[in-house]
Amino acid sequence: MDKISNLEKQIAYLQEVLRCKEEELRALQANEQHASFCSPDKLSKDDVERFSRQIIIPAIGCKGQMALKTSSILIVGVGGLGCPAAQYLAGSGVGHIGLVDYDEVECSNLHRQLLHTEDSIGVPKVTSASIALKKLNSSLRISEYHTQLNSSNALNIVQKYDIVIDATDNVATRYLLNDACVLSGKPLVSGSALRLEGQLTVYNYNKGPCYRCIFPKPPPPETVTNCGDGGVLGAVPGVVGVLEALEAIKIVLGCSGILSGQLLLFSAESSAFRNVRLRTRNASCDVCGENPKISHLIDYEQFCGAKATDKDSSICLLREEQRINAPALFDSFVSKCEGLLIDVRSPEEFEMCAVPRSLNIPLKNIDEPDSVSQIITALQDKQAEQNPFPVYVVCRRGNDSQKAVLMLEKVLKDQNVAVRDLTGGLHAWARKVDSDFPIY
Amino acid sequence: MTDGLQVTLEFGGGAELLFGNIKKHEVTLPVDDTPWTIRSLLTWMKDNLLKERPELFIQGDTVRPGILVLVNDADWELLGELDYKIESKDTILFISTLHGG
Ligand SMILES: [Zn+2]
Repeated sequence: MDKISNLEKQIAYLQEVLRCKEEELRALQANEQHASFCSPDKLSKDDVERFSRQIIIPAIGCKGQMALKTSSILIVGVGGLGCPAAQYLAGSGVGHIGLVDYDEVECSNLHRQLLHTEDSIGVPKVTSASIALKKLNSSLRISEYHTQLNSSNALNIVQKYDIVIDATDNVATRYLLNDACVLSGKPLVSGSALRLEGQLTVYNYNKGPCYRCIFPKPPPPETVTNCGDGGVLGAVPGVVGVLEALEAIKIVLGCSGILSGQLLLFSAESSAFRNVRLRTRNASCDVCGENPKISHLIDYEQFCGAKATDKDSSICLLREEQRINAPALFDSFVSKCEGLLIDVRSPEEFEMCAVPRSLNIPLKNIDEPDSVSQIITALQDKQAEQNPFPVYVVCRRGNDSQKAVLMLEKVLKDQNVAVRDLTGGLHAWARKVDSDFPIY
Repeated sequence: MTDGLQVTLEFGGGAELLFGNIKKHEVTLPVDDTPWTIRSLLTWMKDNLLKERPELFIQGDTVRPGILVLVNDADWELLGELDYKIESKDTILFISTLHGG
C-alpha cells in the first residue's frame, strides 16, 4: 500500500515537474521574441512593474536592479538555510541561481525547509526547490546540481557564479567551499544554525579574512553537533538564511556595511543579535595567505576526520555477543518480561517516544553515582530471576548505546549482569518489531 | 566584595552545555601577584567552572579548535590571545561555531 501511494505521489509530482518545464519553455520562447524589442541593458516593462517597490529605494535604483538581473549566485545546500535564501534571492530579481544538493526531501525537513512540500518527499531537493522558485519567478534562470559538492567538481561549479552562499550542514563542505571560493576569488556568505542559535559572516570579501584565517584547524569531530542530534527550531535557520540572501544582495549592489571581518550571532532565546569583530586576514593563512600551502582542493573528509554530510555513520565498538537484534530483544524484554531496558537518549527524545517499561538515563549522565545507584536499585528488585541478569541498552540509531555498554560494564562490574545494546537502535525497533514506533 | 577581578563570562553555540547549561556567569577572580590573562583564566575555569568533559573545551593550554574567544565583542586574536591581560568588568565570550543548516 505504501509503495502504491508513494508511486502515485511521485507520478503526480513528475506531472507537476513536466507542467512547470513546459511553462518554462513557453516563457523562454516568449522572452526570446520579446527580447528583440527591448535593450539588454535596460529594465523591461515587466521588471519595472514587478520590482518598483525596491527600485525606488535610492540604494538600489534602476542600476541596482540591473545589477541583480545580471548577477549569478550559487547556493550550496537547499535545506533550512538554503530554502529561505533562495526564496528571497529569487524574489529580488537575481538573474541566475545555482542550487547544489545531493539529498532528497524527507518528512523531517518540512518544519524548516519551506520550499519543499509533502508532495516532494523523496524528490531531489534541487528539483523540488527549483519548481517552487519558478512558480515565484518564471523568468529566473536556475541551474540544478543534484550532486555532492567535492574536490573534483567544486571549482568548476563555483567559477560560474559571482557569489557563493554556504548553506551546508557539515564542517568538511564548509572548508571545501572556503578553499574553492578563495582559489576562484569569490565572496562566500556563510550561515549556520542549531537549536535556538544562528551565526552569519562573509568570508573572502574585499581583503577580509577567510574561514581558514579564523579556524585554521577543524573542530574535533566529537564536538560537532548536527541538526538531527541537536535539533533546530525551524524559524532560526529561516532568519539566518534570509540574512544570507540579504548579504549577497548587498554585495551585488556594492553596498558598504558587508559582514566581512565580523560575525553576527543570533539568539532566539534572548531575541538578540550581537555583532562581534573578527580578526583580519591572516598573512600566513594556508589558503589565502602570502605563501599559501593549498593551491588545489584537498581531501576535506580526511582533513576534518568527518563525512561531508550531516548523516550519521554507524560506529562499531562492541563484539557480536555484546549486541542484540530487535526481534530477540522483543522476545526477551516484551514477550518474556526479562531484563532491564535502559534508554540513553535525552529526556526530550524519551518523552517523544519510548519502549514501555524502559528506564531513561541519558548517556552523559550514565556513569554518575545517582544513575548507577538508580540502576542497581532497579536490578535488586529483579536480579534473582536470571543469572547473569540481562541489561539492555537502546538509543536512536545504535551508536550511543554502544558507548553506554562500555561505560556500564565498568560501573556494574560487581553486579552479575550481561549488558548488551540494541543493534541499529530504535530505528531498527521501528522497522522490524513495532511499525507504530516513529522513526525520527 | 571588592577584592578580586570582576568579569563576565558568556557562552554560546553549545559551549554553555559544558558549564552547567548556563550562558552567563558573573565571576570574581581572586587577587593574585601576577595579572590575570586568558591563559590563567582558562586554568581557573577548568578547575572552578567546567562541569564535564574538559577535553571538549580545552586542549593543551588553549581552547579547542572551533571555539572562538571574544573579549568585549572583539576576537581575542586582535588582543594577544592567551596573553591578553584581563581588566575589571571585561566580558569574555566563548562561542562554539555552529555547522548545521
Ligand atoms: Zn585565509
